[in-house]
Formats: sequence, structure tokens, C-alpha cells
Amino acid sequence: MSPTGADIVFALLGLVSLASAFLVVISRQIVHAALWLVVSLGAVAGCYLVMTAEFVAWMQVLIYLGAVVVLLLFGMMLTRAPIGPSDDLTGTNRVAALFAATALTAVLAVLVVDAYGNSMLDIDGSHASASVIGEAMFRFWVLPFEALSVLLLAALVGAIAVTKPHEGA
Amino acid sequence: MHLVLPLLLSVGLFSIGTYGLLVRRNAILMLMSLELMLNGVNVSLVAFDVYWKDLLHAGQSLAIFVITIAAAEIGLGLGILLLLFRAKGTIAVDEATELREELS
Repeated sequence: MSPTGADIVFALLGLVSLASAFLVVISRQIVHAALWLVVSLGAVAGCYLVMTAEFVAWMQVLIYLGAVVVLLLFGMMLTRAPIGPSDDLTGTNRVAALFAATALTAVLAVLVVDAYGNSMLDIDGSHASASVIGEAMFRFWVLPFEALSVLLLAALVGAIAVTKPHEGA
Repeated sequence: MHLVLPLLLSVGLFSIGTYGLLVRRNAILMLMSLELMLNGVNVSLVAFDVYWKDLLHAGQSLAIFVITIAAAEIGLGLGILLLLFRAKGTIAVDEATELREELS
């Protein structure tokens, strides 16, 4: 039960991810928050690699770090986000939010440690490479996959329809 | 490797996301906190997939589905935010308090 190399690497990556996630929610500069989000999500991708989930890790890098953060930065530009520190990014209910988050952490952490405190993850044998995931995806999860592609199309059309200026208005 | 490490990372990301979602008033920062919460869920999905050595790889498939839905949600959410900005000139969520237009 002594910590292995994978344990140490995972713990370091997890600490990086948690620290930068914390900076995302407390940062007073909106662009810095987006860049810390990149660090946090990148560290999570590294955690996926340690857990041998290669395909999910690269999907995380491509979609989250590549697309979602760029979309968020575009959204900031289009809504004229303040450059430089500003105090009105955070509301007035800080104490209540801190209490709720702390209570949630305590309950979930106690539950997880109590339930899985001694369980070990076997990361030597299983390698969920892209071919393995692809086979599972197109053999067992074809229907959800296709439904999801229709959902993406609907979201795309919906986003265009929502933001299109009405004629004559 | 201990299973409890990824689960604790998942708990931490989810709680930090909850705090951000409750405390931020800029809607784009709220979307970012939502991304953190979704990532927390994804970490535990992948961890349990590896833990149970699932032959169908349900956890990792679901994690990829969650990533896709998050991308769709961000696209649509930003569209709605742009509409809000065009109508009100701000995206602070506590200033969007009107449910109807002004009566003329």
C-alpha cells in the first residue's frame, strides 16, 4: 500500500489541477481565469494519461483546451469583458457559497474515503488505446453516439438561430 | 495506484466548480465553473472505468459523451449570453432580473 510512482505523479498533477481550478474561481482578472482554466484542464488530461485513458486524454486536450477555451475567450471579447483587475466579477454571497462548497467537499470526501479507501487501481494491464475505445464505441455505443451527433447539429443550428437578428426588429 | 486519489481530485474539482458557480456574477465565469464541475465528474467516470476493467468501456465512452455535450452547451450558452449582452449591455447575472418587457 506504499505510494508508487504513479501515485506520486497523479498526486502532483492533481494538486496542480486543483490549485489552478481554485485560481479560476477567485481570480479578479477574467482573462487570467480563462488561462488558469487551461492549466487546470491540461493537468486533468495528464491525470487521464496516468490512468491509462489515452483517448479521453487527447479528446480533453483537443476539445477542452483547443475549442472550449477559445470559445470562452471569444465570448469575453464579444461581451467587452474588462481588461485588468475588476471587483465586480464576484457577487456578495461569498460566505454562503464558501459554506456550501466546504460542506459538499466534506460530505463527498468522507463518503469516498470510507467507501474506496483501500481499493487499488490496476494500471499495468489495461491499456484503453484509441482502437479499444473505438471498438467499444462503435460496437456497443453506436446509438448514443448517433443521437449525440444529432444533438450537436441541433445545438449548432440553435446557436445560429438564437443569435440571428430578427428581420424588421 | 490508489483509487481514492482520482476520486478525491474529482470531489475537489466538483466542489471548486460549485463555489465558482455560486459566487461569480459574470456569466462567462459561471460557464467556466460549470466546466470544472463537468471535469470532476469525468475524472470519476474514467477512474471507475479503469477500476472495474469494464469490457464495454462505459465510463470512458460516457466521459467522451460528456465532453461533447459540454462543447455543445458552451456554444449554445455563449449564443444566449451574446443575446443577453445585446439586450441589456451587461452579462452580470444579478442584473438580468426582468421577466417581461416594459409595458408601453
